[in-house]
Amino acid sequence: MSSVAQHGTTDFGSMDTAPEHRAPPHVHHMDAVTAYHAAKLGMWLFLATEILLFAVLFTAFAIFKWYYFAEFHAASKELNWKLGMFNTAVLLFSSFTAALAVDAAQHGQNRKVVKNLFISIACGGIFLIVKAIEYGAKYSHGMFIGGEHFHQFSNFLSIYYCLTGLHALHVVIGMIVLFWASTKAMRRMYSPVYYTPVELGALYWHLVDLIWIYLFPLLYLIG
Amino acid sequence: MDKQDMNEGQSVFNLSYLKQPKGLWSWLVTLDHKRIALLYLSALIVFFFLGGVFALLMRLELAHVGKQMIDPDTYNILFTLHGVIMIFLFIVPGIPAVLGNFCLPLMLGAKDVAFPRLNLFSYYIYVAGAIMAIIGLSNPADTGWTFYAPYSVRTSTGVIMMTAAAFVLGFSSILTGLNFIVTIHRMRAPGLTWFRLPVFVWGIYATSVIQVLATPVVGMSLVLLIVERMFGLGIFDPKLGGDPVLFQHLFWFYSHPVVYIMVLPAFGIVGEVIPVFSRKPLFGYKMVVFSSVGIAAIGFFVWAHHMFVAGISDPSAKIFSIVTFAVAVPTAIKVFNWVSTMYRGSISLTTPMLYAMAFVFLFLIAGTTGVYLATLAVDVFYHDTYFVVAHFHYTIQGGAVIGLIMGLHYWFPKISGKHYNTIVANIAWALIMIGFNLTFLPQFVLGMEGMPRRYYDYPAEFQNLHTISTVGAFINGVGYMMALINLFVTFVWGKRFAEANPYEAIGLEWRAPSPPPTENFDQQPIVNHGPYDYGRVALH
Repeated sequence: MSSVAQHGTTDFGSMDTAPEHRAPPHVHHMDAVTAYHAAKLGMWLFLATEILLFAVLFTAFAIFKWYYFAEFHAASKELNWKLGMFNTAVLLFSSFTAALAVDAAQHGQNRKVVKNLFISIACGGIFLIVKAIEYGAKYSHGMFIGGEHFHQFSNFLSIYYCLTGLHALHVVIGMIVLFWASTKAMRRMYSPVYYTPVELGALYWHLVDLIWIYLFPLLYLIG
Repeated sequence: MDKQDMNEGQSVFNLSYLKQPKGLWSWLVTLDHKRIALLYLSALIVFFFLGGVFALLMRLELAHVGKQMIDPDTYNILFTLHGVIMIFLFIVPGIPAVLGNFCLPLMLGAKDVAFPRLNLFSYYIYVAGAIMAIIGLSNPADTGWTFYAPYSVRTSTGVIMMTAAAFVLGFSSILTGLNFIVTIHRMRAPGLTWFRLPVFVWGIYATSVIQVLATPVVGMSLVLLIVERMFGLGIFDPKLGGDPVLFQHLFWFYSHPVVYIMVLPAFGIVGEVIPVFSRKPLFGYKMVVFSSVGIAAIGFFVWAHHMFVAGISDPSAKIFSIVTFAVAVPTAIKVFNWVSTMYRGSISLTTPMLYAMAFVFLFLIAGTTGVYLATLAVDVFYHDTYFVVAHFHYTIQGGAVIGLIMGLHYWFPKISGKHYNTIVANIAWALIMIGFNLTFLPQFVLGMEGMPRRYYDYPAEFQNLHTISTVGAFINGVGYMMALINLFVTFVWGKRFAEANPYEAIGLEWRAPSPPPTENFDQQPIVNHGPYDYGRVALH
């Protein structure tokens, strides 16, 4: 089993394995180029499932906005669009540094990968803190789940907490993924022939960012 | 170990994935797609048995008018558990996780699926979901497997555990589908072009697309149901300003395509079995392929035919009715192609072939009754009756379960390196056919006479048909037990053989030794012909 740990990381000498010197089972069952393309296709498919996951909530949002237009209009004004705008900028910047990290990994600049990924992770942290401040404000106004004013805007707030809560969960997962990708940079694993984890992690991070780009105007601005 | 088996095949068996590496731990952490398939199979059979026992308990209660042995509330729990277990724990993973896992890399000429560790991870997610469902049995839900709101929001029974289990199982399904799509795109042997893929691979491909694109929707819907119950959010319960019809839309957006997850791979297996035992190329190969993809595509746009009586607008009901009719076209193309393949073929009535013919017969009934139900005016009458129960058991049991049993028999020599007892297998087949039709044909009549589904009791005039149905269910159960025990006994104690290709089939999986070694092929196979070119290419 120890050899399994090497799978897909450092060793690329398996492309020309002769039958009589077969590698241990399933460690190198495809060459590095195929592995890269397979991983990328898998990630795109996974992102498709993420979009459909959020699509349910976007559908519910559209329907409830149509049912309860006045409530949605009033409730939207309760949100702090300045904080939302700030968070949008933070996430956009974090996507930029994530893209820089991919470029650095493709050039084998491992220290630069670590630096840029850490900026992205820190931006994720800032985003979550600001989100917590917003939730806190809702709580103090009795508009959190179970609060005294919750029922006034219950349909908007239900969908608001579901959407932003699920998005925040994705930010946390994204931060973990980026940190995992950066640990490989700390061990100087990336090179022009191997940078898959950074690229996939950045793809995921861009999607999390992109979903927020839709959430911000829908929840804060157009109400 | 067995000295008398010392023969030329001995070396094959020593290299077999079943023998190497040794020990229980090596099975639990295996990355080998063939072993993972068997891990799934062992779990699935447990749940098939459990779901079957719940069904038989229901049939016992319904054998006679009035209370027999259980009270009405227990009856509600029984049909919920039967549905949840059979759908989420048995037949959705069913063919893809077992036969897809086992055969897909072999049929592609690959060493394994694209992501072996993800494959094992999917299995353990399945196990986690299964454990949650078993814990859920301590306070079982009584909502039916559909978890319709608002009842599922308000009932005091254990909806949360059951829906959470279904959510986790969905994750396993998504990751398996993702793995298979990437495998088919990236792991094909040299020369294995898209239109040289066996139709089973196409079936798995179409299924995987549905798994990846539809499952997240039901997952999120079930999460919304859970948070609604836990925090009182207003999403589905009208008392809180929610919309129960929205739940039905979201639920069926997954749960209609999911019937194609169950049955498309079964179509594929029929397409494998019939050419081999007719010794003829599959008639209209490309049409069979396109019809699989077409069913998967159309299948995404028919979901609201489950809601004709739930309060949807007239225009949308008409559109969904017409699109549902359209599914009949690719399905009928398949039936024509299977029958045309057999026409003037040199047919041998092996056990898998018997199952394939049974499948065509049963699915014809399933498909035509589906057209009745797609008809708006007819559906208003039939919708909540036994007619629907009979219809979907013909599709799901007559289609997917028969498909799974057929595939297990067909690939059994490859999986085990042994031959099952044909006489026992054929008797079991006959019992399943008799029992199944005896159970569900009367239910069509019951439905037409107005017997509502999910009812605990009924008026005396339905007595005879219900009794026949109960007798049929037990014959059916005995048939399945017999078929599976036959395979199990052979698997453990049967005599080994060393043929790679006992059917003289053309498919790539038959080029690997039986049972295959961990790495499947001694050398990378190269493909220079189609999968069903019987009479066109030399086998050796």
